Amino acid sequence: MAIDRLTGEHSLAFIRSEQLFDYARRNSLWYMAFGIACCAIEGLMSASGPRFDFDRMGVFFRASPRQADVMIVAGTVNKKMAETVALLYDQMPEPKWVVAMGACASTGGPFREYPNVVLGVDKIVPVDVYIPGCPPRPESVQYGFIQLQEKIKQQTEERLAARSHSD
Amino acid sequence: MTDPRDIVSGVGMLSEGTHFVGEPPAGIRRVPTGVDGLSTEHLVINMGPQHPSTHGVLRLLIEVDGEEVVAVEVTLGYLHRGIEKLAEHRRYDQLGTLMDRGDYVSGMHGEQAVALAVERLMEIEIPRKAAWIRTMVAELTRIASHLVWFGTFGLDTGAMGQFLYAMRDREAAVEILEAISGARMMFNYIRPGGVVDDLPAGIDQKILAFCDGFETYLDEHHALLGGNEIFQGRVRGIGVIDRDTALAFALTGPNLRASGLGFDLRRDRPYDAYPELEFDIPVGTTGDSWDRYMVRMEEMRQANRMVRQCIEGMPDGDFKAKVPRVLRPPEGEIYAATESSRGETGVHIVSDGSDTPYRFHYRSGSLHAMQALEEILPGHLLADVVMIVGSTDVMLGEVDR
Repeated sequence: MAIDRLTGEHSLAFIRSEQLFDYARRNSLWYMAFGIACCAIEGLMSASGPRFDFDRMGVFFRASPRQADVMIVAGTVNKKMAETVALLYDQMPEPKWVVAMGACASTGGPFREYPNVVLGVDKIVPVDVYIPGCPPRPESVQYGFIQLQEKIKQQTEERLAARSHSD
Repeated sequence: MTDPRDIVSGVGMLSEGTHFVGEPPAGIRRVPTGVDGLSTEHLVINMGPQHPSTHGVLRLLIEVDGEEVVAVEVTLGYLHRGIEKLAEHRRYDQLGTLMDRGDYVSGMHGEQAVALAVERLMEIEIPRKAAWIRTMVAELTRIASHLVWFGTFGLDTGAMGQFLYAMRDREAAVEILEAISGARMMFNYIRPGGVVDDLPAGIDQKILAFCDGFETYLDEHHALLGGNEIFQGRVRGIGVIDRDTALAFALTGPNLRASGLGFDLRRDRPYDAYPELEFDIPVGTTGDSWDRYMVRMEEMRQANRMVRQCIEGMPDGDFKAKVPRVLRPPEGEIYAATESSRGETGVHIVSDGSDTPYRFHYRSGSLHAMQALEEILPGHLLADVVMIVGSTDVMLGEVDR
């Protein structure tokens, strides 16, 4: 564990439980294997492939929403699909995050003019990170995950700071 | 010998009327199939639209009797995003952008179909080099596309290792396509009149190195997955699409050729540089999943062969014909098709003389393969459903459009 490296072997580290949980959370962001369209090839398949290998960041896919922390919305969401996306988000256990990958999931993308297309998945579920591109390169998705890790870290710090003020 | 189910139907719990509490929910047919007065009922299992091995957002309603599939209903439309309608509001040189996102794993073939249609409508003669570049990138895309299929088909049958090797080789192919076109998946490289840009300097050596390596890698891939006894046991004789069914459902591409019909647009209605290339067309015998696997593996080998021929015989000259900046084809209609990785990808354009199509139709091989699923899945075990769907290599972006 990385804490070993900081404190030496057989030592004690005092850490708030919340910090420990968030340390674990942001280093094991398991995403749901849920590819809608084109972005799935880049963001889910290439990402878990040997070149980009998100596994080294602790980012790995799970087949079921019940075991997932992150939902990567990889593709165009239309009105028929929107119901399923919302249902899958509801099925994920807390804490959970959503990454809107690509132009379609962020705003509707090249299919924006079509009335059946939802103009951004943030109309249905709360989104934490938007990744631009059509489709974004796997490196962009990786950067998106780093931003998500930063966000989780920041949220913990804010929460702890708010509590110490109220004490 | 009589079926024991015939003897007991009408007796037991069902006959006493205790089993039916109210009307069965829609979709569940209650059929007495058990013996000794016990009855079983058909169960409808929903698979999708979120399922890790449905290759997108396919939804199947599977009615099972125990482990056996009785009926399948394919539900489409989860990725419908109006490509045909939007195309009526795009200029002719923008249509490739939409076609890329139709069949997103083999985008070049869709672009090529649009380019061929517009060129035939406007009677544009493209330079010889443009045709050769197009053919080469189309075959490289075929390799990349079949490698995605190869990786995921293994996952569908329960193997993992080949996925990593397939993605490794796909990255090599995609890297070349990126060097040529500037994008990894959405190329927008083939335009009416030729291609956007010339081949970059020094790409020949890279492509030849890829071809050399891929020849041996392909044998390794086949040994890794196809040489596995468990894999063979799972795919041999399963998911048979016979010749008549294939014709009745208008299957094209590898799915048709696996059924024993050697119809290939590259040979039978040649376009671009295919008449000048040497290649064989693999044809299966029985039409089971193993045949579809073998046909695709051999197609990758032939595609590799064609890429090498293209590089070695690449002619000099322009990469694009002189075309007007805004394309305005004359009034009329045209159908042009290419042999994509999943069958015949065709576009039917009706032009009214303006700079956008009056009507645009997109014919895809996957839609037909998907309809055939309802016919071939019943009678198989539930565990084979995923494998058979994987063996037909359907791409939902192309199905729903």
